[in-house]
Amino acid sequence: MSDYNVLIVEDSPTMRQLIAFALKRIRGVRIVEANDGVDGLKKLSSERFDLILTDINMPIMDGLKLVSLVRNDANYKAIPIVVITTEGAQEDRERALALGANDYITKPIQPTKILDVAKSLLRIA
Amino acid sequence: MQKDEERTVHTRGEEFLQVFKKGAEFTQDLLKENERLRYRVLELEKFQSSGGEAASGADVRKLTERIADLEAEKQEILDRIRHVEEENQDFAARYLEIEDENNNLANLYIASYQLHSTLDFKEVLQIITEIIINLIGAEEFAIMLLDEKSDEIQAVATEGVERSEIPPVRLGKGVIGEVATSGESHFASDFEAYERDFTAPMVCIPLKIKEHVIGVLAIYKLLMQKKEFAPVDYELFTLLAGHAATAIFSSRLYSDSERKLSTIQGFIDLLTK
Repeated sequence: MSDYNVLIVEDSPTMRQLIAFALKRIRGVRIVEANDGVDGLKKLSSERFDLILTDINMPIMDGLKLVSLVRNDANYKAIPIVVITTEGAQEDRERALALGANDYITKPIQPTKILDVAKSLLRIA
Repeated sequence: MQKDEERTVHTRGEEFLQVFKKGAEFTQDLLKENERLRYRVLELEKFQSSGGEAASGADVRKLTERIADLEAEKQEILDRIRHVEEENQDFAARYLEIEDENNNLANLYIASYQLHSTLDFKEVLQIITEIIINLIGAEEFAIMLLDEKSDEIQAVATEGVERSEIPPVRLGKGVIGEVATSGESHFASDFEAYERDFTAPMVCIPLKIKEHVIGVLAIYKLLMQKKEFAPVDYELFTLLAGHAATAIFSSRLYSDSERKLSTIQGFIDLLTK
């Protein structure tokens, strides 16, 4: 039985693996992967998640749309969301946070940063 | 009436007797205490006359020496604590370094695992592109391969720029041609001052299998949040380029053999059917 269910929404399999590898350092974490926003929503409807990490640029449904939909759904709106993206501009960051993302991490991937943010949002000391 | 008076006198007499008895007991206690104190005074006088003062002087000396010893011991313990604290700081710094190394190794492991997970040439190029964006932090770059028949290096995949924008380069010509000939990486001296030039990339890394160069990775622009390369990036780059080269080479060989196999199969089908 896992303590934390984490959903990674990212179209790049390499990136998904890199994020998953970083998160697996948290004891009791279970990771579910989704290819894009639509796939992410499908996974959200089938089980409960404690944290969502999502990319912005994805086919079919992008990460910002996913953030917006999650925040406007009473069933999911309490789930913390972290956006991980190549978009480093301040306005992109502000837009994601305004839509309801809890944190914003820019690429290239830094496992320590991902781990710190995830621990903080999962309230792990 | 008279009887009452007699009773009162009797009661008072008894009370007086009680007080008197208590006074007598108290006086006896005082006498005992006096005797005890006199005995104690005698004892002390005897002790003093038999050199008691000299003994206390020796005690004081001993105690002073003991204090000095304890002070020295305390100082030694404090020095050891300081030393242990310094060691702890070293260990903490080393722990962070090891954690960084561990992260880099994990990233490299995943990247190489992904690169060698397929024999499809296009998929290999896609994975290399993902790695360069997500791990290196590049925004505009090209994967260029050497055509050994024409000695020309051509872009086979690009990100952020059109493939047609990257001109083919002759082996040995310009930065790209030099890197492909020498097998040595090229890094622009000042990333901030660098202006995009397709013939002279900001970073050019040879794709080498042992000493055989099969192409180059040419980077023209980094992500806006990636201002410069960390020392580990140079190492990571070279290691990744090695794996990328092997993956490209294997997938090409596999594609060629598959094509040949299908041609041969076609002939066999023609002859046998």
